[in-house]
Amino acid sequence: MTCTEFLALLDDLIDDAVTAETRAELQQHLGRCGHCEVILNTTRKTIEIYRSHEIYDLPAGLRERLHAAIMARCKKGC
Amino acid sequence: MSTIQPIAGELEPHPDVALVDRVRAGDVSAYDTLVRKYDRQIFRIAQHITQNREDAEDVMQDAFLKAYQKLGQFQGNSKFYTWLVRIAVNESLMRLRKRRTGKMVSIDEDVETEEGSVPRDLADWAPDPEQNYKQAELAEILRKTIQGLPQGFRIVFVLRDVEGLSTEETAETLGLSIPAVKSRLLRARLQLRERLSRYFRRKKVPGEARNEK
Ligand SMILES: [Zn+2]
Repeated sequence: MTCTEFLALLDDLIDDAVTAETRAELQQHLGRCGHCEVILNTTRKTIEIYRSHEIYDLPAGLRERLHAAIMARCKKGC
Repeated sequence: MSTIQPIAGELEPHPDVALVDRVRAGDVSAYDTLVRKYDRQIFRIAQHITQNREDAEDVMQDAFLKAYQKLGQFQGNSKFYTWLVRIAVNESLMRLRKRRTGKMVSIDEDVETEEGSVPRDLADWAPDPEQNYKQAELAEILRKTIQGLPQGFRIVFVLRDVEGLSTEETAETLGLSIPAVKSRLLRARLQLRERLSRYFRRKKVPGEARNEK
């Protein structure tokens, strides 16, 4: 397997959407290619960081205000 | 948010179905529950697309109101959440078009960029690199980085990786084909990785850099 072939399957590997056979081939490539190993690990980390850090939080006060506005209009039938 | 996940999986109806039924029967308080359940996600998606706080506030209100009005059309063959996200995405794009009058805003335009499709920065990252930054600093880095992505990549990444929609749901929500979602997701992930690398790469230990000044 080449690095290009590895990259083409990177998403499927990350999303756990590969067959056992393909997984074994990918693992084999990782075993001898430090670059692809870095790409895999840092891409996983990228997703994890974005998933676990709230970059646009909704402050409680604003949330209550928006909520009240929505419900008031829904009660009137919009 | 504590929603009880049904153990039997597909056999149990999604808890939202009962709430939607109650709203349809005239119980407005059930809608209150639905709004509270999903308001953070909708606000976040709206911010990611509009990149503007006030627009996101408006989108959130409009999306929930529109969903309420259109609840009669909700078929129940997709999840309420996915259906709601689709409304929010459309509202966000409409808001963007209003703001950038004359400039077309579309998520299905083909994004002409090869950036990130071939990884260039191959440096390994520090272990738990995010811990080298203060919370606010990190949030700023993450915001700046994702804002630099082409719109069509950003939305796919947000829906798929941040909000956890499936590839199929993302495709349905955005009106894209599954291969298009997949190709955008890969490029979004790689571009973000590449851009974050400059902040997160392992710093050289001074004693090791003998060949450098
Ligand atoms: Zn490789």
